[in-house]
Amino acid sequence: MTALALDGVTYAYPGAAGPSLREVSLAVEPGEFVVLAGASGSGKSTLLRAAAGLVPHFHGGTFAGRLACGGLDTREHGPAELSAVAGTLFQDPETQVVMGTVRSELAFPLENRGWSAAAVARGVEEAALALGIAALLDRSTHDLSGGELQRVALGAALAGRPRVLLLDEPTSQLDPVAGDELLGVLRRINEEWGTAVLLAEHRLERCLPAADRVVALHEGAIAFDGSPAAFAAWAPPELQPPVTRLCALAGVAERPATVKAARTALAGRIAALAGNDTRATDAAPERRVRGWRRRAAGPDPVVALRRAWYEVASGPAILRGVDLALAPGEAVALLGRNGAGKSTLLRLLAGLLEPTRGNVMRAGRVALLLQNPGDYFLHDRVGDDVENAGALADRHPRDVSGGERQRLALELVLSAGEPPVAVCLDEPTRGMDRGHGARLAARLRDLAAGGTAVLVATHDAEFAAAWAERAILLGDGRPVADAPTADVLGGGWYFATQTARVLGGAGGALDPESGAALLRVAEEVLG
Amino acid sequence: MTLGLVALSFEHPLLVTAVLAAVFAAAVAAHAGRHVGRAVLWALPFGAAIAVVNALVTREGLTVVFRGGTVPGLGRLDITAEALAYGGVLGLRAVAMIGAAALFTATVDADELLRALRRRSLRAGVTAALATRLVPVLARDGRRLADAQRTLTGAPPRLGVLRAVTAGALDRATDVAATLEVRGFGASGRPQRRRRPVSRHDLAFGASALGLATLAVAAGIGGWEGFEAYPRTAAALGPPQLAIAAALAVCALLPFADRRGIA
Repeated sequence: MTALALDGVTYAYPGAAGPSLREVSLAVEPGEFVVLAGASGSGKSTLLRAAAGLVPHFHGGTFAGRLACGGLDTREHGPAELSAVAGTLFQDPETQVVMGTVRSELAFPLENRGWSAAAVARGVEEAALALGIAALLDRSTHDLSGGELQRVALGAALAGRPRVLLLDEPTSQLDPVAGDELLGVLRRINEEWGTAVLLAEHRLERCLPAADRVVALHEGAIAFDGSPAAFAAWAPPELQPPVTRLCALAGVAERPATVKAARTALAGRIAALAGNDTRATDAAPERRVRGWRRRAAGPDPVVALRRAWYEVASGPAILRGVDLALAPGEAVALLGRNGAGKSTLLRLLAGLLEPTRGNVMRAGRVALLLQNPGDYFLHDRVGDDVENAGALADRHPRDVSGGERQRLALELVLSAGEPPVAVCLDEPTRGMDRGHGARLAARLRDLAAGGTAVLVATHDAEFAAAWAERAILLGDGRPVADAPTADVLGGGWYFATQTARVLGGAGGALDPESGAALLRVAEEVLG
Repeated sequence: MTLGLVALSFEHPLLVTAVLAAVFAAAVAAHAGRHVGRAVLWALPFGAAIAVVNALVTREGLTVVFRGGTVPGLGRLDITAEALAYGGVLGLRAVAMIGAAALFTATVDADELLRALRRRSLRAGVTAALATRLVPVLARDGRRLADAQRTLTGAPPRLGVLRAVTAGALDRATDVAATLEVRGFGASGRPQRRRRPVSRHDLAFGASALGLATLAVAAGIGGWEGFEAYPRTAAALGPPQLAIAAALAVCALLPFADRRGIA
């Protein structure tokens, strides 16, 4: 039986100007791992909600066509009945836990199906072990971090061994290590249980290696449906994985979708780069390294932490004696695992928290943009919160796309008082498509060029490589690496860009553009 | 819960005070002292308000301490010492009940309660699940909004934040309700009864509750309380009252004597 079958599905939300899904026909077979690609607003989330039965049963609107999930027609079966065959995970983990403890949360969907107590207990244990959350079972769900909540919500979706898994950006809250672990778990479930997986994601480079198939949506319609390799060959620049773009810019005929395939396609040139011949790497661009060295010895910092500790009443210290200084115009990325202390560090710099020991020096206002840009809007009209909101002024903040909301919130934070000497952003690319990410990177470069120090906490190495000249890796509450971005992201396993993984960090190349330049120089120098 | 009901059944100030003391001691023993202490502090103004209102509206008692004349709609406003005293007892009882309720919420597994509710009534279960989940979600929303506003202005506009949280409550409720749906709430009826082994602690607390209830009923039937509010306040303070107070404390706290097997 086909796991998921859509036949000419067209759907419009109530009051919407146009349909969010247009004539979508798609069949997902048992055991298939399908990645849904597309820009923000392309219809990925709506397609998942339709497969879960929430569209149209929960959201209303106009629905045409036929959709069967696990053999159940969504016109006849509501979301609660469909939950017996489909496990669903949405973007926001906070609203996806409904019980007080992790154990109860995992048991909840199984109890709703009328499983016996023994079967519920077994299902809970197995889901917890599969996701590595057994240690959380007796914790209160109110005390969990975003990443932990995400894994618990996924556990609840998985606990009943559904035939189909519908996942909307499941790694958006996770650091690269946890994201890779999660994808590994999904692949194992997919292979061992034969569970069909339909996963919407912006960071395609993370999940393409696990995928059997990619479906790309554009304005609610299917624009592409094929293998990851075929997708890489087809993808427009804004959807191309970095390795594909690297090969395209380097003038290689192949369009690989994964690091492994890119290494194969570029084997000769990589060997030349690695063959003890330093002529190529010597000729590589060095702009980031030079910039960092100049500033490290340059003017007084605009904001600094001196032996700063942050300790809570119960639990281990979050920050342990951090020394950190930002020079004017410095562009710095702050990386680290979930719970490493990145958000706390930003809050200390901005004065939202005070260190329990040590001190903070600020030469002026430090602006801070927190993780959820929607929190900056108190009114029903964007124009009431943000001056110069332009065409968006009369829109409700919730009706503005995530990328636009992020941009507006950043402008609001920057214009809130005297011009800031430094601006800090906490996970600004969460759930953001590549186009908006590129525009944000350009804005950050502009800010740094204007003399404002920029510090951004992020899990997205590709984004950090696009604008940062210095990267700090936090671990165990203190910086474990603080160096030019090329050094930090060029040599890591998890905190590394795809280009750096392909080229082994040669020449400090982190993004496809500098990687392709290095490969071209290598080709010229080596003849 | 039994402590709250016992507080409701007594009127003698000594016994109500004994119940309140037992609630607080039990809370400390259950590592919930801070939570219950905050609830009791929060309840004190309500207790005082009850005492004042009772004195103003009650027309009983012989010892007039204040003659307020005739108030349109209320009649004569004479305040008696007996009405004041009984108002104090009512206020103290309210504080004890709120303390007992705080102890209940701090020590009873809300998920087990929800499960029991779902077995009884699906609709009640949905309402309770939405409410219990939505409250912390909205509280977190409020904290996040306040933090964001603090980065803009230094001090968050409380009314603006409250308004934004309230305006977003419907969206949040919709999200939580969607999660309940996709987790299969109500798909195939009620969850099965769970058979859990009964520990000696369960038995001890069950026996304690039974003992407290028996004590309250026996004191009521036997007339051992020795308290009259009107027409003249009379609160006996002899061996029966002291024995009941001591028995209350022992009954409520005895299960905490054995802590083996408790984290």
